[in-house]
Amino acid sequence: MKLPESILRPVKLIRGGMHLDHQKNTAECETVIMPTPSTVYIPLSQHIGAPANPIVKKGDNVFVGTLIGEAGGFVSAPVHSSVSGTVADVKDLTIGNGTLQKYIIIESDGKMEKDPELKPFEIKSFSDLAEAAKQCGLVGLGGAGFPTHVKLSPSKDVEIDTLIINAAECEPYITSDYRECVEGLKDVIEGVYLIKEKLGIKKVVIGVESNKPRAIELLMQVAADHRDADDSVKIMKLPSKYPQGAEKVIIYSATGRKLPAGKLPSDVGCIVMNVTSVATLYRFITTGMPLVSKRITVDGTAVSEPKNLLVPIGTPIKEILDFVGVDMENVDRVLMGGPMMGNPVVSCESVLEKRNNAILAMRDKKPQPQTACIRCGRCADTCPMSLYPAMVETALRTGNKESLNSLNTNYCMECGCCSYVCPAKRPLTQVMRTAKAEIRRQSK
Amino acid sequence: MSKLLKVTSSPHIRHEDSTRGIMLDVIIALLPAAIYGCILFGLRAAIILVVTVATAVASEAIWNLALKKPQTIGDCSAILTGLLLGMNLSSQTPVWIAAIGSVVAIIVVKQMFGGLGFNFANPAMTARIVLLVSFAGQMSNYVSPIDAVTTATPLANNTPITLKELFFGMHSGAIGETSSFLLIIGGLYLMLRRVIKPIIPVAFIGTVAIATLIAGGDLKLAIFGGGLMLGAIFMATDYVTTPTTDLGKLVFGIGCGLITFVIRQFGALPEGVSYAILLMNILTPHINRLTLSKPFGAKEVAKS
Repeated sequence: MKLPESILRPVKLIRGGMHLDHQKNTAECETVIMPTPSTVYIPLSQHIGAPANPIVKKGDNVFVGTLIGEAGGFVSAPVHSSVSGTVADVKDLTIGNGTLQKYIIIESDGKMEKDPELKPFEIKSFSDLAEAAKQCGLVGLGGAGFPTHVKLSPSKDVEIDTLIINAAECEPYITSDYRECVEGLKDVIEGVYLIKEKLGIKKVVIGVESNKPRAIELLMQVAADHRDADDSVKIMKLPSKYPQGAEKVIIYSATGRKLPAGKLPSDVGCIVMNVTSVATLYRFITTGMPLVSKRITVDGTAVSEPKNLLVPIGTPIKEILDFVGVDMENVDRVLMGGPMMGNPVVSCESVLEKRNNAILAMRDKKPQPQTACIRCGRCADTCPMSLYPAMVETALRTGNKESLNSLNTNYCMECGCCSYVCPAKRPLTQVMRTAKAEIRRQSK
Repeated sequence: MSKLLKVTSSPHIRHEDSTRGIMLDVIIALLPAAIYGCILFGLRAAIILVVTVATAVASEAIWNLALKKPQTIGDCSAILTGLLLGMNLSSQTPVWIAAIGSVVAIIVVKQMFGGLGFNFANPAMTARIVLLVSFAGQMSNYVSPIDAVTTATPLANNTPITLKELFFGMHSGAIGETSSFLLIIGGLYLMLRRVIKPIIPVAFIGTVAIATLIAGGDLKLAIFGGGLMLGAIFMATDYVTTPTTDLGKLVFGIGCGLITFVIRQFGALPEGVSYAILLMNILTPHINRLTLSKPFGAKEVAKS
C-alpha cells in the first residue's frame, strides 16, 4: 500500500549521527509469553531517583500487580509484584552489577493470579493522569527510567504545546517498541488521545524511523480512524539515522527547537514519551494492571534464534537466555539495552528491570588494535551535539582544566557515536563520561 | 557462580574502519600515480620509491626497538610517509639522499614529537624541504620523461607545453607529481571512501587558480605544472597536521593557496607548495581553536 502523503516530514534534521546496521532480526517475531519463573527478584530501585520502600515482609502472600514497594519520594516510583506467590525475603543483594541493592524476593506459585483488588483507574482531572502514571509504577521505558509522573506534572509557568511520542527505536537489534506499535496498536493510539486530551496539548507527533514502514502504516490508519476535529495527531517519518530517538534529537526533528544542556523538554514546550510507556499507561487506566511485565527483544551475535518475549519484571537474565536457547559458551558479554547505549551486566544473575527493552548476548569479534589519535575528525563530524571528543581526550590526558571546561562536555548525551566511528579505536565515549565526572568533581 | 562476562563502557559495537585501513586507502590512491611515475622515469624512479619506503619503515621499527616502545609499523603510516616522500623527489636524486630524507621524516619530524598523531608538520613534506635546502644542487635535477634530457620543471622554464601533456604528466617533475589525471583519480577515490573531504583540495587549488588568473599568469601551468595536485590532494589533507573543523579546513586551503601563489609569483623559487603547506601546518592548532563550533543549543542559551 502506498503511504498517504499526509505523513509529516521532520521539521529539521540534526547534523552528525550515522547509519548503523539495523539488525532488526526480530521485527516480525510475535511476542512470546515467557513461562513463569520459579522465583523473581524485584529491585526496589528501577528508576532515576529515590528507591521505593518495601511494604511487604517475609511470608506475605502477593498477587500479580500487588503493591510491594511505595515510592520513596516525589522523584521515585512504586514497584509491584510480577507473579503470584509468597514473599521469600526482603534483603540486600549484589546481583545488580555488584552494587548492594534491596530486592524483594518472591517465590511464584505458578498460577499468575491477578490481584483481585485491581480496578480501572478513573481519570477526572488534569492531575489524575500523573497520579495514574505514579500508581502504575511507570518510568521512562525507552531506557532512561525517569519516573513518568514527574514528566506529566509540568510546572504551571511553562506552556506545553507538543506531545512527542517516541517510537523511533534507533538502536540496532531492538524491536520491542515496534512490536508494541503492531500488537498494542489500540492501546498506543487510545493512550495518545487520552494524554493529549487530559493535558490539553494541541499537537501530537508520533515519530517513527523509516525502517519501520509497517508501524507507520498501521499508526496512520488508526490515527485516521480516530481523527478529531482539528486533526491533531500526526505521524512523523524520521530518517533511520542513529541517534534519531534521543530526546534532544527527536524534539528538534518534530519542532525545530533546540533543547540546551541541563534543560528539560518542558522548557521548550514539549513532553516526550516512549510509545510503550503510553500503551502501558493506557492499559493501567483501563484494567488497573500496573507495570509488572515487559516486552523485550532477546537477540545479539551469540543468539541463533532471536525472539521477542513478554517477561515478568525481576526474572533472572539467566532464565531468559536459557529459554531462548543461548549457549553461554559462545557469549562474551550480555547487554541490557542496545549495543550503542546499553549497559553490560556483570553476571547473568542480574534481573530484568522496568526500563530494559532488550537483552543482547554478544560474541566479540577480534578487536582491531588501538592506535594514537590520527585527528581524522570523525568523532566531531558524527557528534550530534557538535562536540570535539578527541580534543576532550587531549585536555583530559594533559590535565588542561581550562581547555576541558571550554569544550562543553556537559552537552554530551553519551550516544556512543564518537567511539563507534573512531578508526583509532579510542574509547571516546568513556573519555566524555570521565571528563564530565572530572568537571563535576572540580566544581564541588 | 555463573560465567564471568566482559564489562566495558558502551558502545559495544565499532565501525570496521581502522587507522591501518585509512593508511592503506591513501596508499592505494597514490599507487596509480606512483606506478605511472616509474613507467615515465624508469628504473631509477622505482629504486627511489623502494628505498624511501623501506628506509621509512626501518627507521620507525628501529626507533621503537631502541626505545623499547610498542612496535607501530603495523599501522602502515610509515609506508605512506616513505611513498609520499619518494613521489616528491626527482628520479635523479641520489639514492642515499632519498634514504636520508626518510630518516629525517620518520625520526626527526614524526617520532621525536611523539610518533603518529603528535607531529605538527607533515613528515614527508618537511623532509623534502630539509633535503631541498641541504642538497640544493642534487635535488633540483629533473629530467624530461620524453627524451631523458635534463630539464627544468614546466614552472621553471619557458618552453611551450600543451594542456594534454601537462594533464597526463608528459613533462619533467618529481616522480609522483606529474600526472594530474591519476592524482585526481586517487583524490576522488579517497573522497568516495570518505577518507578525505574535498574542502582543502578545492580551496587550495581554487585559490591558486583565482590568484593566478588575477595576476594574469598561465592557469594550466599553475594548476598542472608543479606539485600542486600532489600537495593539495595528498599532503594538505593529512589528518594530523591540518585542521579538523570544516571551517578550519577552508581557511587552511585558502591560506595554502595564497602562500603558494605568493612564493611562485614573487619568490626566488619556482615552486612553493611545500613551504605553503608547512607554514599552514604551523598555524593548524590556532585555526582549530578559532573555528570550533558551538554545541547544539548553546546559541539559544546565549540569546535568552
